[in-house]
Amino acid sequence: MTSRKIEMMVGLFVVAAMAAFFMLAMSVSNMSSYSGGENYELIARFDNVGGLKVRSPVSAAGVKIGRITDIQYNSDTYEAEVSMEIDVKYDKFPVDTAASILTSGLLGEQYVGFEPGAEDEYLKAGDVIDLTQSALVLEQIIGQFLYSKADDEE
Amino acid sequence: MFNGRLDLLQHIGANTLQRFRRLGRGSLFLFDVVVGCASLISRPGLLIKQLYSVGVQTLLIIVVAGLFVGMVMALQSYYALVDFGAEDSVGVMVALSLLRELGPVITALLFAGRAGSALTAEIGLMKATEQLSGMEMMAVNPMKRIIAPRFLAGFLSMPLLATIFSAVGVMGAYVVAVEFLGLDSGAFWSQPQNKVDLYLDIYNGIIKSVVFGFVATWIAVFEGYDCVPTSEGLGQATTRTVVHSSLAILFLDFVLTALMFAK
Amino acid sequence: MSDILVKIRDLHFSRGNRKIFDGLSMDIPRQGITAIMGPSGTGKTTLLKLMGGQLRPDSGSVEVDGLNVHQLSTKKLFELRKRMGMLFQSGALLTDLTVFENVAYPLREHTQLNDAMIRHLVLLKLNAVGLRGAAEMSPSELSGGMARRVALARAIALDPMMVMYDEPFTGQDPISMGVLVSLISELNSALNICSIVVSHDVPETMSIADHVHIISAGKVIESGSPASLENSESAWTHQFVHGDADGPVPFHYPAKPLLDDLYTGS
Repeated sequence: MTSRKIEMMVGLFVVAAMAAFFMLAMSVSNMSSYSGGENYELIARFDNVGGLKVRSPVSAAGVKIGRITDIQYNSDTYEAEVSMEIDVKYDKFPVDTAASILTSGLLGEQYVGFEPGAEDEYLKAGDVIDLTQSALVLEQIIGQFLYSKADDEE
Repeated sequence: MFNGRLDLLQHIGANTLQRFRRLGRGSLFLFDVVVGCASLISRPGLLIKQLYSVGVQTLLIIVVAGLFVGMVMALQSYYALVDFGAEDSVGVMVALSLLRELGPVITALLFAGRAGSALTAEIGLMKATEQLSGMEMMAVNPMKRIIAPRFLAGFLSMPLLATIFSAVGVMGAYVVAVEFLGLDSGAFWSQPQNKVDLYLDIYNGIIKSVVFGFVATWIAVFEGYDCVPTSEGLGQATTRTVVHSSLAILFLDFVLTALMFAK
Repeated sequence: MSDILVKIRDLHFSRGNRKIFDGLSMDIPRQGITAIMGPSGTGKTTLLKLMGGQLRPDSGSVEVDGLNVHQLSTKKLFELRKRMGMLFQSGALLTDLTVFENVAYPLREHTQLNDAMIRHLVLLKLNAVGLRGAAEMSPSELSGGMARRVALARAIALDPMMVMYDEPFTGQDPISMGVLVSLISELNSALNICSIVVSHDVPETMSIADHVHIISAGKVIESGSPASLENSESAWTHQFVHGDADGPVPFHYPAKPLLDDLYTGS
């Protein structure tokens, strides 16, 4: 085997590995959501974020429009502050847009869903969404259900 | 009886000391090799040649193994998930298993068996036929010219091989799940795209294979360099390379997994 | 410049518990062929490795060209080794290179010569050992004798001041043996260097050597010209030089008398 052939084979080997990496990164992982280009930030306050995690998706009408970048507890308001980055393509959310924490499927991941409002003014970068609905916590729902049952029986 | 126990104790003690000595020799050796790697900047040809014999020649077995592992994974996870109506998750299950565990680990095990044992045998044979001594007498440091390029080539090849293994595995799973089992191709790809994380899963998998490559190649070149230069010693060294690197890989896999995926 | 090239003084060396050298002293002149002979297992090869700095003695000194080999820094030692050639028993050719590249190897490593110059030098060296025609063969295609000749061409590639031969005649057929014997002697006179031949093939070695040292049990037993050793007074030297089966080195490994062995035990 001549050294030219060897160099060629090694070159092909490296190219194959790079191609494999790009294939994994682009079509198997969530990399596309990292390189989405320009984003703007919104903040939403929730009483309870449940199982929401950093990098969970944000969607409107079932379409993914961004993702969660940070979740903090605000000790003044006793609320959770969720920062999201939203694709600049979707910059026409009215200021009275509602954000709720939803679950995909019965036991799936939790995500934030936007419900657009009716105002003429749109949300800008750094704005805070106050109209929120917290995550459903299964224990609370069951608790409420049992209480209401008990009330009915009385 | 008392005597027998004393003998046993002595035996264990001597054995332990022997092991410590080997570990010490191996560490000093590693230091020399890493220093020797610097000299490869002026001789890239040596590295390319070794990348060929260590990396390219291991590629075929990696591709074939990756394909079959991916296909089996798809079948098994399909049968397990179909009972829950969750067969759409076959893609994400295969992708996560491959990227996090099977890709780096199986690649490293195959690498130890294919390239590692070959490295040990080659270096051991060079020692037995006085080629290493001969180089020293020609005022050429075999650490720089023989060991370092092989070490660096193994260390660089492993992540490349593991990446190819995972990618081929996913494609194999796609063929089985979509073409044979009739799953929806969109569901196969979209679930991993939501659940597989570039940093947590892909990068960590690559880090794992870099660590495995480092350790497996270190063991292979050291066993070759340190072997008893007889045909029997060479055989033992080759066996030790495969056994020790396999155990080291599995142990390190546990440690790395615990570190990386701990919440 | 003194006419002693290698000066060994009171050398002690042991492997494990076995003493190999026990106060060995020896002078090797700058010119001519010096033979070091002795029975198998007396550490003749070890002696060469000590001269080349591949092994460290327990005590004593080895000086080559006025430099104490074992006190040199690695860099200095490598500089010294460029002026030493060594021919290993197996040839020690690099199996993944052709014959040509093997001979070119030290030139490529240690000189900045261009390819044309290297080609010239290599072909000249190969011609000197009669293997110019085998330049493109791989070492695995060579016979043992040819491999040694290639190794010899490689050993003289950098025009060293000395060449060490480790058992050059072992396991050769009469023709290759004759070729090697005349090559060693011709090269030595043509290059006017110091050749050190380690061997236990008495007649071949004696026929070309200018000086002979016979070592046994870690010491030099006798030194002198081949002719003087032929007629040595020492019974041991006589037995070794003439290859007698029995003598000071007995035919039988130490054992109890045969009759005792036969009638005891089972």
